Amino acid sequence: MIAHHPGDDLLLSYAAGSLGESWSLAIAAHLALCPVCRDAVAAAEHIGGVLLDETPAETMTAGSLEDLLTRLDEAPVETFEPVAPETAVLPEPLRGYIGGDLDNIPWKSSGGGTYQHLLSTNDLAQARLLLIPEGRPVPEHGHGGRELTLVLSGSFHDQTGSFGRGDMEDADEDLIHTPIAGRGEDCICLAVTDAPLKFTGFVPRIVQRFIKI
Amino acid sequence: MAVALTLNCAPMDGRYPNPASGAILPRAARPGAAPEKANSERNSKDMTEVNQFNALLGKIAETQDKRAFADLFEHFAPRIKSLMLRLGTDPHTADELAQETMLSVWRKSHLFDPAKAAASTWIFAIARNLRIDRFRREKRPELDPNDPALIPAAEPMADDQLEANDQAARVRECLETLPKEQRIAVQLSFVEGLSHQEIADRLDLPLGTVKSRLRLSFSKLRPMLRTES
Ligand SMILES: [Zn+2]
Repeated sequence: MIAHHPGDDLLLSYAAGSLGESWSLAIAAHLALCPVCRDAVAAAEHIGGVLLDETPAETMTAGSLEDLLTRLDEAPVETFEPVAPETAVLPEPLRGYIGGDLDNIPWKSSGGGTYQHLLSTNDLAQARLLLIPEGRPVPEHGHGGRELTLVLSGSFHDQTGSFGRGDMEDADEDLIHTPIAGRGEDCICLAVTDAPLKFTGFVPRIVQRFIKI
Repeated sequence: MAVALTLNCAPMDGRYPNPASGAILPRAARPGAAPEKANSERNSKDMTEVNQFNALLGKIAETQDKRAFADLFEHFAPRIKSLMLRLGTDPHTADELAQETMLSVWRKSHLFDPAKAAASTWIFAIARNLRIDRFRREKRPELDPNDPALIPAAEPMADDQLEANDQAARVRECLETLPKEQRIAVQLSFVEGLSHQEIADRLDLPLGTVKSRLRLSFSKLRPMLRTES
């Protein structure tokens, strides 16, 4: 059962279409694993529907319906064909960004036994996948802004609680935390930050110069 | 198992909890009781309209009914255009996006599930995505409803279709009862597609205030859309 969810403000902006790509990626991946937030986003989309209904009608350019009617025959009603694989660990839309599932992630060492893979998104935020070996800590860090962490496999815990698959930690800039991966399984998560992570120790700061984190 | 709807909207008489206290309205949870019939005349009119749109979409999906499509177009295209104009789109592109949205409605009609969304909600989502595709360099990553990794809801609802239609009517009612400043924040977010920072700039307010107004609005809207078991 998922215990940790993103803030309502993120769900609202996601529904409105005003949330940037990296954040939307994390929210969409959480939605795949969390029926509760899927409901909330559906609810938020109703707001869009109601506002659409309430918007005063504009006049369409003359003949636009007729034009469209002639185009309908070239655009037949789609028939539905599912193309998804039979099983998957990583939810969509994440697999699309990686070009595959867990086994296809091109991990790069990020020091301290941890690995990361930067995802290419077109907004200013940074989305990355992190791999923390079981029982190991992520170097202690604060962040310059908001940070979302979605657990995809394994678990971690920090001062604020324990996080398993599907759980999302929604942390603001004030939280300095030391997540530690749970025992028994490596922890793989998706992290989104709107500023580079700032490690608080001296040695990690040197490491930080060499790896893009 | 009885599924009782929880109507948790502010009463129509305009009494609100003190926003500063962060208090959410008390839950009017009455397991087993019928939802309140406030404003029932309006509600039933909305319901008729909603059912009508659902029926039109059904006809398009089943028999490629062009007359049904024309009816749907007459209602929605001028409103989509209006929404696009309010989002700052030029009239020519707004017209085009309204047409493209309706073309998508035609092509995707078989994906419409009246149990999950009201027609206007579904069409809003299509228009929103087309606009992002057209103007934004960034993508909007989407959930895949057929993803094998998707965790399904624990219990399907007893009467899904009624539920979705009811939800739209409830959101409408609740939006009307929001204090003006909360409603403006919601509108700027949905109708003008502004980010929280942009809303803060527009209204000359601190970012935290904008976030808390949106959160407060949603905290009133959201419980209405839940089923309590
Ligand atoms: Zn959730």
